[in-house]
Amino acid sequence: MYQWDFGILWSYRWLFLNGLGVTVGFTVVIVLLGLVFGLFGAFGSLSRFRAVRLVALAFIEAFRCTPILVQLIWFYYALPILAGVEMTPITASALALSLYGGSFYSEIIRGGIISIDRGQSEAGAALGMTPGQTMRRIVLPQAIKRMIPALMNQSIIQFKNTSLVSVLAVPDLVYQSQVAAHDSYRPLETYTAVAVAYAAILIPLTIIVRRGEKRLAVGE
Amino acid sequence: MSETSKIQIRGLRKSFGSNEVLKNINLDVAKGGVVALIGPSGSGKSTLLRCLNLLVVPDGGSVRVGDTRFAFGEGSKLPDVKTLARFRATTGMVFQHFNLFPHMTTLQNVMEGPVTVRRMAKADAEKLARAQLAKVGLAEKADQYPATLSGGQKQRVAIARALAMEPDVMLFDEATSALDPELVGEVLNVMQRLASEGMTMVIVTHEIAFAREVADRLIFMRDGVVVEEGPARQVIDNPQEAATRAFLSHFHRTGALPPATTAS
Repeated sequence: MYQWDFGILWSYRWLFLNGLGVTVGFTVVIVLLGLVFGLFGAFGSLSRFRAVRLVALAFIEAFRCTPILVQLIWFYYALPILAGVEMTPITASALALSLYGGSFYSEIIRGGIISIDRGQSEAGAALGMTPGQTMRRIVLPQAIKRMIPALMNQSIIQFKNTSLVSVLAVPDLVYQSQVAAHDSYRPLETYTAVAVAYAAILIPLTIIVRRGEKRLAVGE
Repeated sequence: MSETSKIQIRGLRKSFGSNEVLKNINLDVAKGGVVALIGPSGSGKSTLLRCLNLLVVPDGGSVRVGDTRFAFGEGSKLPDVKTLARFRATTGMVFQHFNLFPHMTTLQNVMEGPVTVRRMAKADAEKLARAQLAKVGLAEKADQYPATLSGGQKQRVAIARALAMEPDVMLFDEATSALDPELVGEVLNVMQRLASEGMTMVIVTHEIAFAREVADRLIFMRDGVVVEEGPARQVIDNPQEAATRAFLSHFHRTGALPPATTAS
């Protein structure tokens, strides 16, 4: 029978906190940057111009249909060789994760926009609004409500995907816990604690989002 | 036709793919005139109405409303989005399925056009919107969301929203077709009042008795062409074409308007 001893982890607390800080900060960056890429991808794929649609589609499918772990390695090792672009592990992983997340956000945003009844844009147009005004005033406010659960879900996945940056030696929570596990010979306790830390951050977030959804549903 | 016509349509053509829905349509609506468009579904009447505010862009012919004229077909450039928007701001449209903005209160729905399109100050727009809501009998519903209203109330809000743009012309696209029968009257009453105030109106409708009562001209369309047109009562009471007779035989053509059922 295995003797659990979580007490030993206490001496690594600053290492864990450090890693947690990197993980959270990284998530904030890749979610925000990912949303920017997502907006470009979504509006690009809805463009009137075929060339723009094709570029957007190529971006979305390239990042949606390849594994994020491969992308991370590719950005760090292949880009310097092929394009001569040197990147720090942090830049490479932030870029790869943002583009990966952005490709999924694109589809969520595009889906939200086209789910709004055509009659809504027609009503805006009939009042004399330009397509841009109709998008901002009529379509997006309704579409965003429908996107939020899916965007949140994707961001949760992004939060967990940051654990992969440890392969490029970015000192996130998983990387630091590897250090701790090797040092303490207590991998079971270490990784259990790490799993609990991820859940402890995400569960309150999901509760907040659920509450927000209910509040947003007013008027539907 | 006359110089004074508010709306003039010449040689209008529109196809969706290989399906020709409008074939060389000509139409004049006098200032203050009320024209009813009737016909079986698929006859092109809704498409014709949507060509009047260019929600559907015609393939050929010309559309003039007031002083603004657009020509379509080979050699003519499609109007840009700004021109289109300015033009549409002068015509009001009421849809079969209301198309109210569900994320805004009734008052905000009616204010939206004046504030966003006409750049009116919020306070002035609110005063205008409240006046329009009062006109359709819904002043006390100002702060409710559309989801809480009945179909008839929604359609009256939609009419108020269109009127808040102070349009020259009002277009009604089967405005009562989606309503429960007992709610049709309250909407028709608002439309009738609008007609009596001198609004130029084009109405796509299946309410033959209403068309007979309120419209001064009636146009019967089938398969993308105007089969018969003339003074509303004359066409309904004494149709000349066999197709018109066959279509009208499905309806009660006379009788009083359905009564308005709600006091609100």
